[in-house]
Amino acid sequence: MTPPIISVQDLNVGFSLRQGVVDVLHGISFDLHRGKTTCIVGESGSGKSVTARTILNMVPRPGVINGGRIEFTPKDGDTVCLTELDPRGKEIRAIRGGRIGMIFQEPMSSLSPVHTIGSQIIEAIRLHRDVSKKEAREMARDLLAQVEIPTPDKALDRYPFEFSGGMRQRAMIAMALSCRPDVLIADEPTTALDVTTQAEILDLMRNLQRDLGTAIMFITHDMGVVAEIADEVVVMEKGHVVEQGDVHQIFDTPRHPYTQKLLGAVKRLEEPAAAKVRPPADAGPILTVDDLHLHFEKREGFFQRVTDVTKAVDGVSFTLKQGEALGIVGESGSGKTTVGRCIARVYDPNAGLIDYRGRDLVKAGPEVLRDTRREVRMIFQDPFASLNPRMTVQQIIAEPLVVNGIAKGQELEDRVAHLLREVGLDPAMMERYPHAFSGGQRQRIVVARAIALEPKLVIADEPTSALDVSIRTQVLDLLLKLQAERGLSFIFISHDMAVIRYFCDRVAVMYQGRIVEIGETEQIITDPQHPYTKALLSSVPLPDPKLRGTRARHRYRPEVA
Amino acid sequence: MIWRYILKRILWMVPFLFAVSVVAFLLIQAPPGDYLTTYIAKLGESNEVLDQASVDNLRARFGLDQPLYVQYFKWVSNLVQGDFGMSFEWRQPVSDLVWERMGLTMMLSFSTLLFTWAVALPIGIFSAVRKYSIGDYVVTTLGFIGLATPNFLLALVLMYIGVVHFGADVGGLFSSEYQNAPWSWAKFVDLMKHLWLPVVVLGTGATASLIRVMRANLLDELHKPYVDTARAKGLSEFALLMKYPVRVALNPFISTIGWVLPNLVSGAVVTAIVLSLPTAGPLMLQALLSQDMYLAGAFVLLLSSLTVIGMLISDILLVLLDPRVRYD
Repeated sequence: MTPPIISVQDLNVGFSLRQGVVDVLHGISFDLHRGKTTCIVGESGSGKSVTARTILNMVPRPGVINGGRIEFTPKDGDTVCLTELDPRGKEIRAIRGGRIGMIFQEPMSSLSPVHTIGSQIIEAIRLHRDVSKKEAREMARDLLAQVEIPTPDKALDRYPFEFSGGMRQRAMIAMALSCRPDVLIADEPTTALDVTTQAEILDLMRNLQRDLGTAIMFITHDMGVVAEIADEVVVMEKGHVVEQGDVHQIFDTPRHPYTQKLLGAVKRLEEPAAAKVRPPADAGPILTVDDLHLHFEKREGFFQRVTDVTKAVDGVSFTLKQGEALGIVGESGSGKTTVGRCIARVYDPNAGLIDYRGRDLVKAGPEVLRDTRREVRMIFQDPFASLNPRMTVQQIIAEPLVVNGIAKGQELEDRVAHLLREVGLDPAMMERYPHAFSGGQRQRIVVARAIALEPKLVIADEPTSALDVSIRTQVLDLLLKLQAERGLSFIFISHDMAVIRYFCDRVAVMYQGRIVEIGETEQIITDPQHPYTKALLSSVPLPDPKLRGTRARHRYRPEVA
Repeated sequence: MIWRYILKRILWMVPFLFAVSVVAFLLIQAPPGDYLTTYIAKLGESNEVLDQASVDNLRARFGLDQPLYVQYFKWVSNLVQGDFGMSFEWRQPVSDLVWERMGLTMMLSFSTLLFTWAVALPIGIFSAVRKYSIGDYVVTTLGFIGLATPNFLLALVLMYIGVVHFGADVGGLFSSEYQNAPWSWAKFVDLMKHLWLPVVVLGTGATASLIRVMRANLLDELHKPYVDTARAKGLSEFALLMKYPVRVALNPFISTIGWVLPNLVSGAVVTAIVLSLPTAGPLMLQALLSQDMYLAGAFVLLLSSLTVIGMLISDILLVLLDPRVRYD
């Protein structure tokens, strides 16, 4: 057996803070092998990203490597100890990008906004290879072709903001591969992407690895992705490696309780929640949406002529029953979020009917809207951005009550305490500010604020996609509990089929502003009718490595009329 | 594409400048009385009294008896033909007076702008990269002192130091022997000897604030993911810093041209008087005091135009520098 290309031995990394050095990695060890993919799995805060950066000797400040070593053995060279190199020195810079490439999570912000794609790739090539600008440009074009970017010649001169997220991540991969590195480190490369795009990127990485024999270190928190792509798995928790081994062994016989918990959280999302309360069959409708249209117009020129119309919502109709949870699923840009915002009248629809308990919200004036907004509340995706950092939790939750003049003084405090208890938080914490809470706790605060006015309808826009898997199910269970206790109706917007399956009674699949299919969740998932639904379902990674390669994945392309 | 954008921006300046001219005219008309009342008061001080007939005569000659809008249209239609009118006080065409002063003012402004940038940029970068180091604290402290010190005070202190300790000839932009001499190399050298003082005095405040702007901008950019990406490519720290975060942080820096330009002209009035600089500031102050309306109007209009032009320049530079701005 050949020696591992990268060997992490007893690595310890600490952050020097005012209180002294706090360790974030506690003596971790693992190996990467040529031509193999090693997945590093763990939830946020487990030290995955710090590990990746330490391999390139790029420990973010104020971190310091205070123990252990990382050895790098290239095919044709001697072993180098990466951790002993000067982090600003020539040797490590030759390895960064040259021998070890890295892909980052956020394709939006990981490329410089003011340089063309081409110039950023050409720079990477010319840093490590002695080639002319023209040669480098040709190499860059070939790389873009290799990562399946259409018209690579033109793409070289485009700026990142002119690309979609998936295209940017492709460009990022092309850049990381530009010098044929021996090792590719990918830090959550698909987390910010749609399932369909994720599937394509995973395929691409697998093909490239087959052709180039690169060792890949793939960081993710998604067990489905692990099952798709991993050969070896390293499970991390709070800076420790708790378990590592072959992917089949990890999935079939996980030994450590944390691994079991991670897998359990994923498996639970494989089926509808056990605790789900279905609405009674004779429940009346709470919301009827009929032929809803919303067009965004781009205006240009002196006279503000309309030059381009985007049909964000293009004739959407559905009915929501009392106590029912309707999922809206689709990829980014399909208009699912816009539908939700139209119902809350954040946006003003151009045409159509939104009948909420006999009131037409499209034509409603400010009076009616104010009343309605007490009963129709929203939950947003990012629990970090949707809470005002300068308000205490008590102020945040009390705000809708105060604004609507419902309670004050002691009564207000009691209600806030009651709400906190209801979402599973300790009322003693109400004096704290949002930054003192974890992502899952913050989302609970958001839920508490949403239910403060005892709404009848909650529009939840990707409420769990910013959360770790194990916390995801907890928040979903909380919403289920509230639904059962209060008879809440939900419109649940998500791109994640598993979450929809767990939570929703019915699901509407949206594509380019239209609903292409709507029906009972189980029926749609087990027997999709529309080709787009089929394509969408085929992209969802299955959390079982044995099923790898059993499905033909395809992207839906509407027939050109 | 870019030419269309520039053309469009220039076309937009036309209605804007028209609006500015209305406001400028109203502004100089706003104080009670006109040039004649000031003139009569001045004559009164030396015990000369004008009879009503000659006052009316003068008023008719200057066109001051006509309604406001007529005066305005006369002014504007002359403006369009390049005629700024006559200064009441100087009995000279306004354009001659203004251009005489404007040349030196512009030179002083641009020297100050260059000085400001040349000092603020490296110090701002240093201050951000070595955040909370001793050097950063020193620079920050100096910056706040610079912000807090009024220009005229700094001018007085520097003049004192210059005269007492170095025996330098301070005040004005030329030594007396070159005052009315034609341009020559010696005159230029003489100008340079005098120029440093007003440049330092005028530039200090702007430099201090630009250092703060640069530091804050760069601190925002330094930890963006694309910096990590560039580092992972194997770029050296210095090349990395200059090519990526500094480049992005420059945007707000460029926008400052817009307000720095007019500020240099009007904000320097007190300093220019203290240093007795032959620039536009003191002349404008005098014109406003004596309600010399065509001269004052020309200055107000010029300042506004400078603001608009400064904005235009910074917008065009921004478009060239940041591809995201291009498609309005």
